[in-house]
Formats: sequence, structure tokens, C-alpha cells
Amino acid sequence: MSTALELVFEKTRAENRAALIAYIPAGFPNSLGCERAITALVDAGVDAIEIGYPYSDPVMDGPTIQEAAEISLKGGTDAADVFSALKVASATGVAAVVMTYWNPIEKYGVNEFAQSIADNGGSGVITPDLTIEESGRWLEAVSNCGINPIYVVAPSTSDARLAKVTSKTGGFVYAASVMGVTGARTSVSVDASALVARVKATTSLPVAVGLGVSTREQAKEVATYADAVIVGSAFIKLLLNAKSEQEGLESISALAKELAKGVREGR
Amino acid sequence: MTIELGDVLGHFGQYGGRFVPEALIGALDELEAAHNAAKTDPIFQAELAELHRTYTGRPSIITEAKRFAEHAGGARILLKREDLNHTGSHKINNVLGQALLTKKMGKKRIIAETGAGQHGVASATAASLMGLECVVYMGEEDTRRQALNVARMKLLGAEVVPVTTGSRTLKDAINEAMRDWVTNVATTHYMLGTVAGPHPFPTMVRDFHKIIGEESREQVLALTGTLPDAVLACVGGGSNAIGIFHAFIPDLGVRLIGLEAGGDGIETGRHAATISGGSAGVLHGTRTYVLQDENGQTIESHSISAGLDYPGVGPEHAYLHDIGRAEYRAVNDDAAMAAFSLLCRTEGIIPAIETAHALAGALVIGKELGPNATLLINLSGRGDKDVQTAADYFGIPL
Ligand SMILES: Cc1ncc(COP(=O)(O)O)c(C=O)c1O
Repeated sequence: MSTALELVFEKTRAENRAALIAYIPAGFPNSLGCERAITALVDAGVDAIEIGYPYSDPVMDGPTIQEAAEISLKGGTDAADVFSALKVASATGVAAVVMTYWNPIEKYGVNEFAQSIADNGGSGVITPDLTIEESGRWLEAVSNCGINPIYVVAPSTSDARLAKVTSKTGGFVYAASVMGVTGARTSVSVDASALVARVKATTSLPVAVGLGVSTREQAKEVATYADAVIVGSAFIKLLLNAKSEQEGLESISALAKELAKGVREGR
Repeated sequence: MTIELGDVLGHFGQYGGRFVPEALIGALDELEAAHNAAKTDPIFQAELAELHRTYTGRPSIITEAKRFAEHAGGARILLKREDLNHTGSHKINNVLGQALLTKKMGKKRIIAETGAGQHGVASATAASLMGLECVVYMGEEDTRRQALNVARMKLLGAEVVPVTTGSRTLKDAINEAMRDWVTNVATTHYMLGTVAGPHPFPTMVRDFHKIIGEESREQVLALTGTLPDAVLACVGGGSNAIGIFHAFIPDLGVRLIGLEAGGDGIETGRHAATISGGSAGVLHGTRTYVLQDENGQTIESHSISAGLDYPGVGPEHAYLHDIGRAEYRAVNDDAAMAAFSLLCRTEGIIPAIETAHALAGALVIGKELGPNATLLINLSGRGDKDVQTAADYFGIPL
């Protein structure tokens, strides 16, 4: 059986466009605020939601997501909050996945975590610091639960290693557009298109580009060569800078609508 | 007993390995290859040995601490004097090795994290000696506790970046160094300062420190005609401890005892005793013991000693603990400071506060083992950097 995520890519392929995936940490700005943000993003036209599991030591994240994670953790966010945000997202009808560093999964229980993802309508999990070499138990668990194991690859990943990683990946391959941490950037590097091409040489899976996308123009550019565009820090920045919750929701909705146009303009 | 000293993927039993972003895999592979080549490269080994002889001041001597021993049940106490190394601690062993590897890999910039500042000073020293650019990440809290070492690093030409995220201590400095590395990995070597982190760091850093145990095993045999009954060292990340333990691992009659920072006491929750008071998990790229809550979030550690104030520990220690080859105990702040003072007043040696945890352990273990026992202690560093902290603690006005 296909996951909701796989169905999203069938649909966007049929429409000859890229998908738009929005990232929001669970419990940010607070648990109700996160649910409202999810609804606003879905209403504005995103194809999938990626729920972040805030972690105390986020080495892949830049200052924006670090700040959001800190706010969320101070508010007491735990695994139950992550699963309830996931449920809210999947209940809207879009595909929903979780992105988490590995230790919270290990602490929760590898099989139990995968099962809870499935039970709450999740399609898969992005694990940015789990290497293929350490993935044995995880791949067994996701396969038993019928969810997608989504791995991140980087411009520095060799061709041989790309083949090894993508052969274990499900749903889509997450291509980190630059060497660096998360955060909005003024331009998406040329590395990204080259990386996507190298990934596509190893797999027929969709390839999503993340790290640094924040505008309609960038989304359009990435959509010319990638199957999905992932946007996180740009939404979070708007929420952090908003003077009221209402203003924050309106601004992420406006940005999501622009990005949704961008992913349809690439081809 | 079969003991696994690191498989090809850097595992020690269920510990170790690599839990890192894919962006770092290439650099870790490159480092592993450079290290493996260096191990059997006579030119590299000769270069490092010559540096240790003419720059570090190796071999470091053994000092018998007779007056201190009177307070340790009369057991014979031998101090391996890593405090006499250039820059004042064992940390120089590792940085000279890694700096040579950096040059072999053709990289021109090194980054390092530091807690007490000893590894930062050592890194800045090696960078100066070898003409490399050096950036040191240090928790803002630690830059205050160790202001003297911040000045030393700057004098040596390094840039010191105060880290203002999280607990503003060593763990957050490592996070920030990893972020720098992910971004600048093509030009930069991350000179990790202890036996933690992703493979090959735990194995490589241990290999650069194992000279401590190799030298002292010979020295103790020459001095006493027999092996010591126990080898003691303080454990932060675990580099000085694994350095002195390693040569003794096959000597099953020699007890290996690591002393962790008990802070205010394990029962208070304010401590840095990762093995004694933590649980298995993943932190900073390796599976090991970690101080963590029920959701797997890292818990901030606490210790009077900045160099032991870390919520993780090297994976080889986690393994040696689980198989029972080494023992780990916690020493509280007050016990460490009492031993610090005692060594100052009985032997004329001011130890690092980190090291004082091992000395406090010796006072207890010496009494347990009795007057016929010989204890070898890694005197990992000198206490100049800690004068401010110790003066505050003992109420000496400055
Ligand atoms: C003198 C001294 N001893 C011990 C340590 C703790 O580190 P490790 O456990 O890696 O030896 C430090 C760390 O800064 C130190 O400066």
C-alpha cells in the first residue's frame, strides 16, 4: 500500500509540477499555535507538512530553527506533542512526516516510534543524523509499519554513497542544497541542481530540495529540476517576528500561497 | 575476556559508530584514511615522536607522592606527570597528532571546542606551530570561568568565539563547532578534543594519547618491578583516562578506575557523572552513555571543573564499563577540592581541578586496597588556569 506521501508525488507528477513541503516544529510557537499554523499552511496550498521534533542539540540547524526549538522545549514539548501535531496535519488530508534527530527515537523505542508515526497518519520520518550504517533496526521497524524512511544527502556525498543511501530510502530523497545548516539564504546554490541530477542517476524516487529556500522565485527555480521544495526557516522567521499570532498566521499563509505558485511555475 | 578495541565502523560493542549528517561522511572517511595511513607511516611516526621529544617534553616523568600517600591508607602513589607537558596538560598529545594529519590532508584551517580552555590552548599552540588558522568555540559561561585561558588562546593568535546557545558550556561549543564544520568541511579540520564524537575520533584520539599508558607501564615496571594494582584517571570526555588505561587493558589484574565529576552529588541531579548517573543514548555523533531525560533530550551537566562538565563520554569507556573491564565512580566537587588542596600542601604540585577528581578517588581507593597497593594516577594537568576558581572556593582574596 502506498503512503499518503507517495500519492502526493503521483499527483504532482501527473500535474507536471513540483510539490511544496512546509516544515514546522511541534509545539512552536506553542501547541495550539502550531496546530493553527499547520491549518493555515494547508489552506494556503502546501502538499505536505513536515513536523519537527525539537531537540536539545540540533547540530544541523541554524539560528532560526534553534530558536524555535528552544521555545518549544521550554514549553515542555515531548513525543506526545509531536504525534498529536502529526495527527492534526494528516487529518487535513495532506501528507505528513516527522523530522527528528536520532536520539529521541532511540529513547522512545525504535519500533514504538515507527508504530506511533503510522498510528497518527504519518507517512514517514526524516532522520538527518542517522547514517545508513546505523540504520539496521530502524529500517526493519519502518518496513514493518509501512512508513517511508527518508534520508538526507549532501553535495559532498559521493556517487557511490548516494547509490547506497537512496537504495534504502523511501518516499523521497532529501537533497540538502548547500553544505551547511538550515536557514533562509538569498540564493539557492548551484550545487543543488547538480546534486539532484546525481541523485536521480541512482534512483527513480522523487528528490526534494531543502535548506535555504524562502521566496517564490527560488521555489520556481528549484521546481525546474526537483520534485519538491522544502521550506522551513522562512516560515519560522515570520512567526518569530510577528507582533501577534494572527499576524504570524496571515504572513505564513501569504508566503505559502506565493511558494505554491512558484512550484507550479517551474516547468 | 575478549575485548573489542574498535571495529572498522568504530564500534565498541553496542557503542560508538557514526550518527552525523551525511555532509560530514566524506570528511570523516578522509580523516579515517589519513589516520590509518599515518599509523603505519614511519615518517609520520618519526615526526610526531620528534615533536614529542623536543616540543611536548616527552616522556613525561613519574613522581612518587609519599606525603600525599599518607592520606591514602599508605598505598604507594605514583603520579604520571602530564601536567609538565608543554601547555600544561595531556591535551597536547592529541593536537600535535591531529595538526600533522591536518597538514597531510592539505587543510589550512582548524576549529576546536573547549571547556576548561586546555584543549583550546593546545589547539591554538599546535596551529601556531604549524601555521594553521585556528578558531576555538567556547561556551560563554566557560569564557568567564576560564578567562586566563581565553587570553592565552588570543595571545597564540587564535580566534575565540563565545557560544551563547543552550547551557553555554562544552556541549554547546561542540554543537557550534559541528555547525561550522558542516559548512566549511572542504577547507577545515575539526580538531575534536576528546575520545567522543563520530568515528574515527574516539579511536584516533585514543591512539594519540595511548603513549601515556605505554610510557607509564614501562616506568612503573622499572621503578617497582611489577604492574600497579590500579590505574586512576578523571573522566570528562575520557581522553586522559583512555590514554593511560589503554596499555593496561590486557593486564587483567590491573584495575582501571575512572573518576567522574559528581558535582553537588548524583542524587541532586546536578552532576556530570555520565556513566554513573546516565543511560545509553546518542550525543554528538556517537552512541554512548548520556545524561538525558525521558524524551532523549540532553540534560545540562554541572561540575566545578569546566573540563569535566560534559553530559556525554567516550564510547570506549561506555563499553569498558559494561563489560566490567573498567570501573567508574563519581567524586563530588567538595571531595575534589579537598584533594586539590591536599596535593598542593603535601607535594608542592597544584593540579588541575579536573585531575583533582582522580586524586580524590585515590584517597578512597588507597584505603580500600591497603598499604601494599600501588596506585598509578594520571596527573592530567596543572592548576594554573584554576587559580581563580580555587581562590573563590577557598575564600582567598585576589
Ligand atoms: C587537565 C585536564 N584533565 C582532564 C580533562 C578532561 O578531559 P578528558 O576526560 O578528555 O581527559 C581536561 C579537559 O579540559 C583537562 O584540561
